[in-house]
Amino acid sequence: MMNTGKRPWLKVGVFGACLSPLVVLAWQALTHNLGANPIAEITDQTGIWTLRLLLITLAVTPARRLTGWNRLIQLRRMLGLLAFFYGCLHFLTYIWLDQFFVIDDIIADVMERPFITVGFASFALLIPLAVTSTTAMIRRLGGKWWQRLHRLVYAIAIGGVVHYLWLVKADIQQPLLYGGILAVLLVYRFWDMYGRRLLAGITPLRRAAVRR
Amino acid sequence: MLIKRASDIKSSEITAKTLYLDRRRFLQTAAGGALTIVAASLVPGLSRLGFAQSREKLEGTQKSSLSTDEPLTPYKDITNYNNFYEFDTTKYAPAEVAKDFRTKPWSVVVEGEVNKPAVYQLEDLIKPHALEERIYRLRCVEGWSMVIPWVGFPLGEVIKRFEPTSKANYVEFTTLLDPVQMPGQRRSVLKWPYVEGLRMDEAMHPLTILAVGLYGEVLPNQNGAPLRLVVPWKYGFKSIKSIVKIRLVEQQPVGSWELAAPQEYGFYSNVNPDVSHPRWSQARERRIGEFSKRKTLLFNGYADQVAQLYAGMDLKKYF
Repeated sequence: MMNTGKRPWLKVGVFGACLSPLVVLAWQALTHNLGANPIAEITDQTGIWTLRLLLITLAVTPARRLTGWNRLIQLRRMLGLLAFFYGCLHFLTYIWLDQFFVIDDIIADVMERPFITVGFASFALLIPLAVTSTTAMIRRLGGKWWQRLHRLVYAIAIGGVVHYLWLVKADIQQPLLYGGILAVLLVYRFWDMYGRRLLAGITPLRRAAVRR
Repeated sequence: MLIKRASDIKSSEITAKTLYLDRRRFLQTAAGGALTIVAASLVPGLSRLGFAQSREKLEGTQKSSLSTDEPLTPYKDITNYNNFYEFDTTKYAPAEVAKDFRTKPWSVVVEGEVNKPAVYQLEDLIKPHALEERIYRLRCVEGWSMVIPWVGFPLGEVIKRFEPTSKANYVEFTTLLDPVQMPGQRRSVLKWPYVEGLRMDEAMHPLTILAVGLYGEVLPNQNGAPLRLVVPWKYGFKSIKSIVKIRLVEQQPVGSWELAAPQEYGFYSNVNPDVSHPRWSQARERRIGEFSKRKTLLFNGYADQVAQLYAGMDLKKYF
């Protein structure tokens, strides 16, 4: 377990904040305040929070670099797992409340409906990341392989935005907003990995040689 | 550095006062709208509280044998769960955004292939007709449905008054264009104003009505006040709202959704469980208020009355 220090408040606070949408949703369900189409509401809310938490997870490293506040890194695994948790709720809502566990219908949907194909694939790809999120698994895989595997999160986030984009009827403003945020995060990452080196006029290979 | 003197500014480059005032008002409204959206998303449920408008009874409404006896969808759901993109593209916002929409006075232009083109005041358009309650199923293309007690009168009877010419093969309807009152029209989500069309025999069919009310009361703004079309065997978007123009035409009109995505929304758009929307199945639907999904019926359960309109047509091709 990563050392959270003597002040776990940051982690506890963020954890509570991230669970609050679920608490609100549950409260609304219990008090019959989910509107005319409660199941659509649950599907939408769990879906959008999956995407939001994915983007927040991806923003941890850039935020840490930009602010120099290194404690932020302690939050990354928890945020990623919370994204997975909401993804599970979203998937469960779909197979239960939308499809009522009719496997044939679910398979047909996943095969024939591109937005469901992409959503399902993104969710499926989150599973190995969640499974390998423990410290023991990081050790077993080795940092390099673990990091390579976990770069899948970029593909998953892109899949999440595409899933959203392909399901709306005409107003693509919201999906584009999330896509824009993701694009900024991806550009930052790309620049972080390659841009600085290019700027310095040193290719990664040469830098490795220089280091030796 | 060249500093332009005032005289260098062409009068054509000076923004007219009315324009910048409009722009200011637009920005203020936009900012207000954005704040509402932010507030609504921060406090989930806020947008679903329901916004009541003054409710006005419609007297002397007759029952109809064309009504279904299925349980009615609650008034609250019918009037708060709306697709009315002219006001907002989300479901619960139109009820709030449309609450001050002006429906009086209201006039309807009748033109095209008719012997009696005219501009009708709404009251004059309605007056000759007996108001009927028509309890219809409504199936949205998104996969949900309601049972709604409309109040209206058969469109066919109105069209007869206009005396269509022999060239009148289709009817084209147009919604009000008013971006000041309808903030959704400030964004080009669809081509405004909203347009929909019917084939002449569909328009003349006894099931097709112009509605002016629901639940025995004047139509709430978010449901298409003051005058809307209701075609119960077609997906909901065909039933155009807040109509200001009825044009009889020779050529098949192109509806706003058909124009936006012709591969997804056809001219006919008859409810059909066997013809999928390209992105989702239409085999089942969720009746608002029910937990399980129910099977969607061909022509939304009105096959006995309307199937003969499409005899011999390939419904997959003419979707």
